[in-house]
Amino acid sequence: MLEAAIKGRPRYWGWVLFLLGVIIIGFIAWLREHHLGSGLTTGLSRDVSWGLHVGQLTFFVGVAASAVMVVLPYYLHNYKAFGRITIMGEFLAICAVVISMLSVFVIMGQPARVWNVLLHPTPRSVIFWDLLVLMVYLILNALCGWTVLSAERKDVPPPKWIKPFIYWAIIWAPSIHTVTAFLYAGLPGRAHWMTALQAAHFLATAFAAGPCLLIILSMIARKVSRFDPGSIAIQTLAKIATYALIIHIFFIGLEFFTAFYSQIPDHMRSLQYLYVGLEGHKELVPVMWTSSILAVIGLFLLVIPATRRNENSLAIAALAVFFSIWLDKGFTFVAGGFIPNPFERVTGYWPALNEFLVAAGVWAIGFLVLTILYKVAVSIKEEMVFDKYGEKQVRT
Amino acid sequence: MSISRREFLKIAGASIILGFGDISAINALEKVEGTQVLKDIKALKAKRWAMVIDIKKFKTEEDYKRVIDACHRIHNVPHIENPKHEVKWIWTETYEHAFPDIEYEYIPEDIKHKPFIVLCNHCDNPACVRVCPVKATFKREDGIVMQDMHRCIGCKFCMAACPFGARSYNWLHPRDYIKEENREFPTRTTGVVEKCILCYWRIDKGLPPACVEASNGALIFGDLADPNSEVRRVLSANYVIRRKAELGTKPMVYYII
Repeated sequence: MLEAAIKGRPRYWGWVLFLLGVIIIGFIAWLREHHLGSGLTTGLSRDVSWGLHVGQLTFFVGVAASAVMVVLPYYLHNYKAFGRITIMGEFLAICAVVISMLSVFVIMGQPARVWNVLLHPTPRSVIFWDLLVLMVYLILNALCGWTVLSAERKDVPPPKWIKPFIYWAIIWAPSIHTVTAFLYAGLPGRAHWMTALQAAHFLATAFAAGPCLLIILSMIARKVSRFDPGSIAIQTLAKIATYALIIHIFFIGLEFFTAFYSQIPDHMRSLQYLYVGLEGHKELVPVMWTSSILAVIGLFLLVIPATRRNENSLAIAALAVFFSIWLDKGFTFVAGGFIPNPFERVTGYWPALNEFLVAAGVWAIGFLVLTILYKVAVSIKEEMVFDKYGEKQVRT
Repeated sequence: MSISRREFLKIAGASIILGFGDISAINALEKVEGTQVLKDIKALKAKRWAMVIDIKKFKTEEDYKRVIDACHRIHNVPHIENPKHEVKWIWTETYEHAFPDIEYEYIPEDIKHKPFIVLCNHCDNPACVRVCPVKATFKREDGIVMQDMHRCIGCKFCMAACPFGARSYNWLHPRDYIKEENREFPTRTTGVVEKCILCYWRIDKGLPPACVEASNGALIFGDLADPNSEVRRVLSANYVIRRKAELGTKPMVYYII
């Protein structure tokens, strides 16, 4: 099936070359960081020791988990409209897990020693579990996606033995994001992260941002190929994203209530730093407000039926929600937890250019994987429909 | 050597059959050997090491400097000016920043702004040990929270977990910032976390930690489990405070103010 990935129009090769270019730049930036020391090449510090990369881990584990929003309705409820989009969800999950795992890898100060995590398994550490659940999830999605797609290509129903693996993947999806939340929620002295709501909140943001990304990718697939995931599928995803976004905004409100009604300083300070600034430090305030405004725009466009049904405004809504949550979870959430530091001093954070280039390289690797997988899937889906019905795929 | 010839052959044979070759055989043998390493006969022994810092005895700037320099010099701690990238094992923070939760408005001004010696608390329930994915940081039987800079992968999870800001990451090449290298103690590389190790290597030779030795009695060190130890005597005779005790990490550094 992979042969489809090496046949393509110039536009396809242009995109692949662009991604390869970004990967090379990212790789050079990563080598540069290790050559000069991350003090000179990142915005991180003794006080804010995690930043952009750990944010990418957090955000993209969510995107990976959100595949369950198409897999579950299709396989457990036999929701036919998701028949064509399910494979896109599963392959997006693979891309997102790749980005997540590489994002953790690039923060390592001693990358050559990273296999110590497996050589000396330490079950009391959440990182060990995070690595384990992500690897299993990667394998499950690759196995399920590939097997079902192969069956489709041969025009036969998927083999029965794949069913348990599909159910396993459905249960596994929320668990990967729960474990990611546990990286933060169990640390003494980091009040901003220490909330029992963390895993639930992560899942809410994931189920909003993931489907929004899938909506955007579906629209792109429809533009650049003859494959159409279907309008009904896109509309259902939009409704899923709407509910998840509402829950996310509700959860933000809950966090604010707990912090500011209780008036416990530790719980208020990070939120103050993020939304209004603290002791003259306002680095992340514009980011936080951009995120908030985008969330409100997305909310209105999604809740109003007319703008949700119109695919132009839906595209804007999906972009707004995706970037709103990325700015929040993928950017400010991690640094915010470190500010103020354990001595109640404020050290700000802003990523350095080199740090951003490394992150861009990681995204490019993920999206290269996604491009190849989607190319294969789309080629098979295109063929399948033509062979069977001898007509152009119907837009439902 | 407590391993019999028969056991040796069993381990070696099994490893060959399983195809792991020499490494797992050596590991398996080491496990037997590691626990049998004899400590120096002079080694100081305790069930639970603890430290009391009598801050009243710190009067001049020189008192602080002597203690800090003693540690940083023998441990090759790099001297980096930029606070964002600095590495420190023992240093000073004013009372209001060292104890942000018990900083009261109307306490004597001299205490409020007085520098307090801070270092790793060698917690009895250390969050950093819990989160380390490679056991690079671990608790010794005598309570010392160790840091193996040669195993650390530089994930910095321990820095997020430590509520005391006791851990430093080598953001820069540390060897460029060491004025006089002490050949007795290893220097570090970039990309690993380090912190106070309570001079375990001195304790194992029968010497007190370097800071304690340099403090002229302002730092008191001993076995918390021994009712006749000096720390216990000092603790029963003075009112003491600890940093962020409410977090449940059980810090083992006490302060007399």
